[in-house]
Amino acid sequence: MDVNDKIVADMVKNKIEFVTTVPCKQLAGVIDAVEESPDIFHIPSNKEDEGMGLCAGAFMGGKRPAIIMQNTAIGVTINTLATLIQYYRMPLPMLISYRGELREPVACQVEMAVHTKALLAQLNIPTYHFHKQSDVEELDNILQYTFMCNKPVAILTDASFWGGYGDQ
Amino acid sequence: MIRSEVLKTLVPMISDELVVCNIGIPSQELHALDDQPSNFYMLGTMGLASSIGLGLALAQPKKVIAIDGDGSVLTNFGTLPTIANNVADNFILLIIDNGSYGSTGDQPTYAGKKTSLAAVATACGCENVVECRAEDTAAEVRKALDGDQMTIIVSKCESGNAKNPVITMDPVVIRDRFMKAVAS
Repeated sequence: MDVNDKIVADMVKNKIEFVTTVPCKQLAGVIDAVEESPDIFHIPSNKEDEGMGLCAGAFMGGKRPAIIMQNTAIGVTINTLATLIQYYRMPLPMLISYRGELREPVACQVEMAVHTKALLAQLNIPTYHFHKQSDVEELDNILQYTFMCNKPVAILTDASFWGGYGDQ
Repeated sequence: MIRSEVLKTLVPMISDELVVCNIGIPSQELHALDDQPSNFYMLGTMGLASSIGLGLALAQPKKVIAIDGDGSVLTNFGTLPTIANNVADNFILLIIDNGSYGSTGDQPTYAGKKTSLAAVATACGCENVVECRAEDTAAEVRKALDGDQMTIIVSKCESGNAKNPVITMDPVVIRDRFMKAVAS
């Protein structure tokens, strides 16, 4: 199965029905797969903290949410993670493209990459790093874990996981 | 009329509805006027009341009223195109527009100057936008509750705050009782 279809299949298996996205080049395929899924309501956000608000509302309305975003969004959402998602104890799987890692062509992306894991650790957010495509086999367990413990959980997916950026 | 006086006129019609209330003094005022399990008080995260309200309205069929402020909508301006393009006819966004950041000392907002939030909402694609005087807010909310169309109400009121204690309820309790009210 294509990795994008596998991610969406695991979301559906875990009864995720509400997914918000802020695009990243690496995430284009999975965002398309979310959009095409008949089991998921896809609502693009303009900013990641807005998306987390949508997810909080959907969760309280009885739908399991998820957010798909770039790691630069950790800089945008720290307050929302601390004072909404964590403070009210809500589950939120965060599928994050980990820009600025090996095979990254854009130097500026490295500037947030070097802070990403430290910020997530500072927030006590359980964090998983998908580097090889076979790492996706853990996604089902990670999603189960997220809804078991009612916490935001980060899944960092780097360029090697996605197969790089093609010819560079 | 100031915000708390507007909220007082709304209590009879929103008491049994799902309400997502903006951070700071608006939540404190609603809590003091009419604390209900069906009220979700935001204790942190300025700007997201409209987003939480929309997510809730899209996820389940009951009517949802998000009570927001002009300063908060300015903080999360991206919410208006998202609302416009994901219509939930069980959603009412009430923006209490007092032209000031009430919870932080009544500093003026741009909504109290040249920026019209009703015009912005319309430009973003929201189809049912009403701007009203503070005195007419209850009637507009009643009309929106009786209708089946997503409605954005911008209530123009005076700046000022009622004095109420901070909300000390545990956030998980607020969330848990609210979710039970949603599911009931």
